[in-house]
Amino acid sequence: MNELPQAAPRHHRGLIGDQPPPPDVAAVARKIRRETGFPVGWLIAPAALWLLLFLVLPLIGIVIFSFWDASAKGMTPDFTFKHYGAFFVVEGFFDPESRDFLTPGVFARTLWSTFRFTFIVMFFCLIIGYPVAYFLAMQVNSFKFQLALFLLAMVPFWTSYLIRAVAWLPMLGRRGLLNKALVSLGILDKPTSFLLYSEFGYTMALVQLYVVLCVGPIFFSLAKIDRAILEAARDMGANSFQVFREIIGPLSLPGVAIGMIFIFVMIMGEFATAVVVYGGKTSTTGTVILNYYAIANYPFAAVNAIMLMVAMMIGVVIILRVVNIRKEL
Amino acid sequence: MARWTARRAKRVGTKAGFSVYYMLFIVFIYGPMIAMFILSFQGRRGGTSFPLRGFSLYWWNRLLEPSTVGDLQGALGRSLILALVVMVITAIFATMLAMAFRKRFIGSGVLFYTVMAGLMVPGVLLSLGLATLLRQIGLPPAWWHSGLGVHVVWTLPFGFLVMMAVFNRFDESLEEAARDMGASEWTVFKEVTLPLILPGIVAAGLFGFTLSYDEFARTTLLAGELNTLPLDINAQMTQRIRPTLFALGTASTILSLMMIGLFLVIYTALYRRSH
Repeated sequence: MNELPQAAPRHHRGLIGDQPPPPDVAAVARKIRRETGFPVGWLIAPAALWLLLFLVLPLIGIVIFSFWDASAKGMTPDFTFKHYGAFFVVEGFFDPESRDFLTPGVFARTLWSTFRFTFIVMFFCLIIGYPVAYFLAMQVNSFKFQLALFLLAMVPFWTSYLIRAVAWLPMLGRRGLLNKALVSLGILDKPTSFLLYSEFGYTMALVQLYVVLCVGPIFFSLAKIDRAILEAARDMGANSFQVFREIIGPLSLPGVAIGMIFIFVMIMGEFATAVVVYGGKTSTTGTVILNYYAIANYPFAAVNAIMLMVAMMIGVVIILRVVNIRKEL
Repeated sequence: MARWTARRAKRVGTKAGFSVYYMLFIVFIYGPMIAMFILSFQGRRGGTSFPLRGFSLYWWNRLLEPSTVGDLQGALGRSLILALVVMVITAIFATMLAMAFRKRFIGSGVLFYTVMAGLMVPGVLLSLGLATLLRQIGLPPAWWHSGLGVHVVWTLPFGFLVMMAVFNRFDESLEEAARDMGASEWTVFKEVTLPLILPGIVAAGLFGFTLSYDEFARTTLLAGELNTLPLDINAQMTQRIRPTLFALGTASTILSLMMIGLFLVIYTALYRRSH
């Protein structure tokens, strides 16, 4: 219909006499086909307004407040970079005589350790979660069984992670289950205290809390793979490793990326588990933000929040560089 | 024949290996929760770790005494009301947005990324932003306005993605047919669209309810004077940890599981009816 010549001849000579001009089909079609569905404006207005109020404005607020000055009453409008300075640099940073010469500030180091730690947890989530998703998508044949096992693996996502963090306490303590197990297996001769309130325990708890977040996306991208391709590769003599390296691995990358981004943004902002399982002995940028809010230094809390956001964007960009989701989807 | 059996044996072996791995994974995910569940029945003299010194409901009973655990009943009530309201708003907003996104419109890209930002922005950041903003205005935060606001920001992307998936597989010719027979937009929605997408709306509601009921980070600075349940649990951890906390955790988890079960039942029933 669209190929209809724009300038149709007014009259054209038919086989039998002159024909009337053809109707402008496009215009007629437009007239018949009224706008269907509800008006878009009304559909999006409530949600857009809500997001403006509770998402966009708070974020703009943080940016503005980070330049304000802290005062006894809270904040006074200003345009100062001193909180940014305090974030990055310690006293004596520019003084060659100083002990802290060119040592970045403790808050920048906290952000860096949060970042590094997040990547460690992501790595473990991936190597633990991927085989589960692979098993569910590739090894379970009955659909009902697959669905049931998948739901079983995903249910913790719908329960409170705070309570699941609390549940680690009886496992990790000096008299906890893990110590008991290690002693009775003869791996340790006496219970150690390195489990609870340590980086090891903290890592394990975080992996357990967040690993389900990557099982879902990886499962979905694996389930979409056409089995015929795998059959074809095997028929042409590829072994299991080659099939994985050449087909399954690359095709599941979008799911891996989505799962990793998901875990990344969750753990970067994490602060509750650090308090519960690590006993507040460590600081993440999340705990720094809350501590400075508690002592009413709002501008400095805002600076930490912005730096967290920047670090997260960098991380997401890195993940997207490794995996081009748009291309893969 | 021999080669076939070898290959088949290998396959069965791989499958068995993966099955064992899956079971270990399930133990890893659920183990601590089950340990907590058992320890909540700790005897009266027992502590927060194994072994069990007797078996009692002592710590469960202490949950019911208002003095020991602050305003637990109140916190639970507030959490449930909040979760229900978030559920309804999430389901409605997600449906409306997904319906709007069936057509192309100006600003759809910006709106899409704004909705998704609710998923990406850390809870502590939203908490901080809104709390300081409210402070500047001079309005004290409360769970039923500022808390509700950020909860919906968090749950909406999940509901939205569910509804987008629903409309992706939606057969528009059914609506066309109803329109051609002269039905008004409302009638089309009520009689044709809604019954078909209802299971999806229930699924979106599940995300709204459970994620709000469990949300802690976003409520930290925004609940105001009165706590929600996760905040109450967190407050208890700053005191000496007792098995009461395990009983509370178990009770809350059971409630979550019951809600998931209920949603699944409703979803399956609606899904059967609409197909």
